[in-house]
Amino acid sequence: MQKTILAKTGNEAMALAMKQINPDVVAAYPITPATEIVQIFSQYVADGEVKTEFVAVESEHSAMSACIGSCAAGARTMTGTSSQGLALMYEMIYIAAGLRLPIVMADVNRALAAPINIHCDHSDTMGCRDAGWIHIFSENAQEAYDSMIQAMRIAEHRDVRLPVMVTTDGFIISHGMERIDTLPDAEVQSFIGKYDPMMHLLDIKKPYTVGAINLTDYYFEHRRAMVDAQNNALKVIKEVGAEFGKKFDTNYGLIEKYQLDDAELAIVALGSTCGTAKVVIDKLRKQGVKAGLLKIRVFRPFPAEEIARALENIQTVAVLDRSDSIGGFGGPVFTEVRSALYGSAKKPRIAGVIYGLGGREIDMEQIEGLFMDLKAGQVKADSVSYLGVRD
Amino acid sequence: MSELKKYKELALGGNIEKSGTAVDFKTGDWRSSRPVYHPENCIQCLFCWVYCPDSAVILKDGQVTGFNLDHCKGCGICAHECPGKKKVKAIVMEEEVK
Repeated sequence: MQKTILAKTGNEAMALAMKQINPDVVAAYPITPATEIVQIFSQYVADGEVKTEFVAVESEHSAMSACIGSCAAGARTMTGTSSQGLALMYEMIYIAAGLRLPIVMADVNRALAAPINIHCDHSDTMGCRDAGWIHIFSENAQEAYDSMIQAMRIAEHRDVRLPVMVTTDGFIISHGMERIDTLPDAEVQSFIGKYDPMMHLLDIKKPYTVGAINLTDYYFEHRRAMVDAQNNALKVIKEVGAEFGKKFDTNYGLIEKYQLDDAELAIVALGSTCGTAKVVIDKLRKQGVKAGLLKIRVFRPFPAEEIARALENIQTVAVLDRSDSIGGFGGPVFTEVRSALYGSAKKPRIAGVIYGLGGREIDMEQIEGLFMDLKAGQVKADSVSYLGVRD
Repeated sequence: MSELKKYKELALGGNIEKSGTAVDFKTGDWRSSRPVYHPENCIQCLFCWVYCPDSAVILKDGQVTGFNLDHCKGCGICAHECPGKKKVKAIVMEEEVK
């Protein structure tokens, strides 16, 4: 199978994946830094390169509402957004998941106002981590492209039937040009298969009701069923990732361990920072420092057991959060990783580190400095600190 | 209502997988006024039957005979649309009294 090597930004890569998926409906409203995804896609529509019905709406709330309607009507449905746009969708985000509609959304992670800011942090998607969506982070444009294709399969799997958001880091990935391997259209189509909506509102032979009220008698049961779907997704994401690897040579799982098995010091991170950390780890390993990385690719469903197993033999771990739960005990990644380790017989000294809010640069020197602090025992266990802030 | 189901027995996403189930739920109990039918003023135009949002106008052999008060919400659309006979309405809304 011939892959084509192309120079693509993260946004271009995600738009290309959407083109090759060729969904029935895309409803979207532009927002920096995700604008290009739907802008490029709308050009594909205008040029007749896809058969998609493109719905240009007046807001993101309407975008997700239109996606919910089209998905319930039986159409394979996608959208893209970022930051304030995702925040405006918030009401509909919960509804999409609760109605078990397999919508796939590209989100370019960007800070939430105020103060107004257009740069990367993970506050936007972390804000809807409890909504029931599957949440996949990307280290680079290649992963964003590959994950968009896998997301369609994961969302539509009969044991899952939940919407999926695939994210990239704003500007760092979305606007950074990279070399990516792209697949032929036919291979993408063959991988995702034909969409079977199971039930759809345009089926006039089987009329049914979507969105009925559930009060004290049934609401709880429906939310409980979503927990099972998320648990099923742990298995399905690995199966789809392994099949992708078998066909296209790159395996995907829930987490990625980099130099972790014999590591004494480790960091846990999401997204593009993992790429920076790998370079630092290579350098430190040459100096004899046993440094490693645990990259969390899938934040929902949260792979608690895999994370606990991967970290329980490490001496000291710093968990990097590119968003904060202001007033909470650390960022969302720290609180969940630390909670996952609570039941382990052996557990590392663990600290939370908030970094990179509003696009604040994280560079190799800072990550190396963090490893050095871990090595020197200067990071206090069970504490939360702020890396790169002026204090 | 029948016995409550367990969560694994439910349809995906709270879908109600068959049609016509509204008849099982009596939605008329929060009505504050009710339509009262005066057949002597009725010309059988069936406007009330067409306009009723709850399908609560009862027809027998194509003729209006009255209202299903288990499902009538008392919105008054039927009375509003009713042309009556010689400007006298065949449907008049009256306050519900407890």
